[in-house]
Amino acid sequence: MLELRYRGGDPGPGPGLSPPREGNAAGGDHETESTSDKETDIDDRYGDLDSRADSDVPEIPLSSDQTPEILQKALSGLSSRWKNWWIRGILTLTMISLFFLIIYMGSFMLMLLVLGIQVKCFHEIITIGYRVYHSYDLPWFRTLSWYFLLCVNYFFYGETVADYFATFVQREEQLQFLIRYHRFISFALYLAGFCMFVLSLVKKHYRLQFYMFAWTHVTLLITVTQSHLVIQNLFEGMIWFLVPISSVICNDITAYLFGFFFGRTPLIKLSPKKTWEGFIGGFFSTVVFGFMAAYMLSKYQYFVCPIEYRSDVNSFVTECEPADLFQLHSYSLPSFLKAVLRRETVSLYPFQIHSIALSTFASLIGPFGGFFASGFKRAFKIKDFANTIPGHGGIMDRFDCQYLMATFVHVYITSFIRGPNPSKVLQQLLVLQPDQQLSIYRTLKMHLIEKGILQPTLKV
Amino acid sequence: MTELRQRTAREPDAPTEDKELESEAKVDGETASDSESRADLVAPPAPVDDTPEVLNRALSNLSSRWKNWWVRGILTLAMIAFFFIIIYLGPMVLMMIVMCVQIKCFHEIITIGYNVYHSYDLPWFRTLSWYFLLCVNYFFYGETVTDYFFTLVQREEPLRILSKYHRFISFTLYLTGFCMFVLSLVKKHYRLQFYMFGWTHVTLLIVVTQSHLVIHNLFEGMIWFIVPISCVICNDIMAYMFGFFFGRTPLIKLSPKKTWEGFIGGFFATVVFGLLLSYVMSGYRCFVCPVEYNNDTNSFTVDCEPSDLFRLQEYNIPGVIHSVIGWKTVRMYPFQIHSIALSTFASLIGPFGGFFASGFKRAFKIKDFANTIPGHGGIMDRFDCQYLMATFVNVYIASFIRGPNPSKLIQQFLTLRPDQQLHIFNTLKSHLMDKGILTPAAEDE
Repeated sequence: MLELRYRGGDPGPGPGLSPPREGNAAGGDHETESTSDKETDIDDRYGDLDSRADSDVPEIPLSSDQTPEILQKALSGLSSRWKNWWIRGILTLTMISLFFLIIYMGSFMLMLLVLGIQVKCFHEIITIGYRVYHSYDLPWFRTLSWYFLLCVNYFFYGETVADYFATFVQREEQLQFLIRYHRFISFALYLAGFCMFVLSLVKKHYRLQFYMFAWTHVTLLITVTQSHLVIQNLFEGMIWFLVPISSVICNDITAYLFGFFFGRTPLIKLSPKKTWEGFIGGFFSTVVFGFMAAYMLSKYQYFVCPIEYRSDVNSFVTECEPADLFQLHSYSLPSFLKAVLRRETVSLYPFQIHSIALSTFASLIGPFGGFFASGFKRAFKIKDFANTIPGHGGIMDRFDCQYLMATFVHVYITSFIRGPNPSKVLQQLLVLQPDQQLSIYRTLKMHLIEKGILQPTLKV
Repeated sequence: MTELRQRTAREPDAPTEDKELESEAKVDGETASDSESRADLVAPPAPVDDTPEVLNRALSNLSSRWKNWWVRGILTLAMIAFFFIIIYLGPMVLMMIVMCVQIKCFHEIITIGYNVYHSYDLPWFRTLSWYFLLCVNYFFYGETVTDYFFTLVQREEPLRILSKYHRFISFTLYLTGFCMFVLSLVKKHYRLQFYMFGWTHVTLLIVVTQSHLVIHNLFEGMIWFIVPISCVICNDIMAYMFGFFFGRTPLIKLSPKKTWEGFIGGFFATVVFGLLLSYVMSGYRCFVCPVEYNNDTNSFTVDCEPSDLFRLQEYNIPGVIHSVIGWKTVRMYPFQIHSIALSTFASLIGPFGGFFASGFKRAFKIKDFANTIPGHGGIMDRFDCQYLMATFVNVYIASFIRGPNPSKLIQQFLTLRPDQQLHIFNTLKSHLMDKGILTPAAEDE
């Protein structure tokens, strides 16, 4: 709001909208209604803002320093540079311990955590949009943004719940109805929001409103779809959630350390602090880290088994016979490694080979998510997404590299590990018409007998 | 475009602005004034009157107002005739037309974005927008092809690999585009580039998803494609006519020409039109049957036993109407009842798509999306009300008419592991036995 007052009060070099000019222009303006001059061109004011180069755009003021009092007192003796470094370090350790704690508490808490992070990321990005367009006062808009978030979440969670809680859902009548017509209900809810948006268009703010509408949708596309893919990966087995996320975090930390100690050649103009040495060093250490983390986690059923909802205990259980992927196999080493390690074979989990692919993606392509966020911050002249975490910025700042990782893991699982979700196939089967079900049953039976999976019943 | 040039030309304090920006020029490498003046030079010329010469000569003696009306009328009839020809030519041509319309709509909206942001000179960006369009289309067409052309795909080895790893390949292609975008960020144009990136993605979301839902509806049966689209067109025309003859009360500030009388008249007229049209079309197999790809003839066929929805049934008329009409029962297709729902949506909610497009045009100060069709504007101008209709029909079919696609389910089933297949098979078996659809005696055959 500071910029708004500054610009309005500045006589000459305002963005070309000083009052005398408006008087002359109103006559020739193609807007036929004669409204007050100041209000006519709110759209123009911000419209011109868009076509200007970045240098012209004012910076968004930062919030005040939010470091908690405790840390301030404890570190009051150190100089400001070291103080900053210590704050970052302490917060990093705090976040990592919080992560371990939540893993210990179980999958349900993890899902809640993912949901909480998603809502906070959405809030941060939307707040930036408000500040960029000074659109706090737009009628309805904050309500509509949160409403759309609710709709899209309802749609996605409904699809997930229907898949994974099939037995639970079959019991309750109302839930059956909701599941059966789920798409229609979600679409109706979305439509209601869309119609409210159209009805809320106010004459002088069309462009702003359309911008915020688009901003909301792109943000939903980014944050909500990613968070749901994360939850789908989680249901495959907690290891599919833990290993990718820790690879990205490890890549962040080791690239920083390598860059700190050995960094010379800058990597990309967008982020001047990144160096090639950090990038390559981070790549190798992340692959090694992923390899070892996969080895340690593959032993425990808790991490490896798909999460199932048991209706009798009314909770999530992770108990199963570990898949082939998580059982030790002996691999014969290629000859040059044989000479180095002096062993013939090595026993590995097949999952460790997959973890190499995951770590490679995390180190090579993950940083592009970070560059994207850096470019975004420079485009809109903000230093951090928010000030939630002292020393680190907002939640989005921590999660920007994770952005592409969740989608990659999901696509990787569906392409290379296993096909579609069996419970979803079952649920769709149960929804079909009886005659379709019967014909499918016959086809399946023939197929299974052919493959020898089902023994043909003997006639008596 | 004339508006844009007027706006930039009308700034008398431009000299002062330039001076201030030039002082900043010493700090930055390139000034905003540079990009502004360059933009003025390269801004596209105002669109000239596109009416073909033929029409111009034929209508040269009429006054300009009637001429406009005649041009619109002739073009409307030409488009409707074109529509009928395409329907006659068959599903394959229809799919190609849908694809062309999609590409043209994308082109129109992206061009508006370029004009708004004066971003013709942004490095790479036009290439990247079209590349993203290609990626998203590849993803969606791949999914459709995998569903409907299953047997064809299984035969050809390269197609089989492409379809098995389809999601991974699409994701890789998209990622390449994303990385190219990040690498193409240029220091002074970050904001513009992010805007165009966002603009491209929202346009893809609108245009490409809708066109693919249209094709899904088409595969259900051409009647699911023709009836909704004709209802929207009919609503447009009827609302205009009713508004022309009886219009008094304005409907919404966004579109001052729309009136409540037009809205309500259009609603009733569209419902009646939908009932009549579905009655006429439900009689023909070529409209009613799902489009299938025949491997032997390597073409699309529409031949089947019409489902229950398209067989005449007797309905008892409620007492109220019975006294008026004097009939006890009426023979209708069940599909006609569904067509009432479709027409209602087309008349009540469809116009919101039109208001959205009107608001968009006002927000960006353009009169029409483009000048492709003389008298009517661009392709998007004609299709803005269809925007929501395709999604609604698709959701409607999935929720109320039939569930998931059986052949797709079988295909998914075959990719599962054997123990999963067995588990599903046994669950299905017990479910069928519970419902009595499957009897143990029949089972042992």
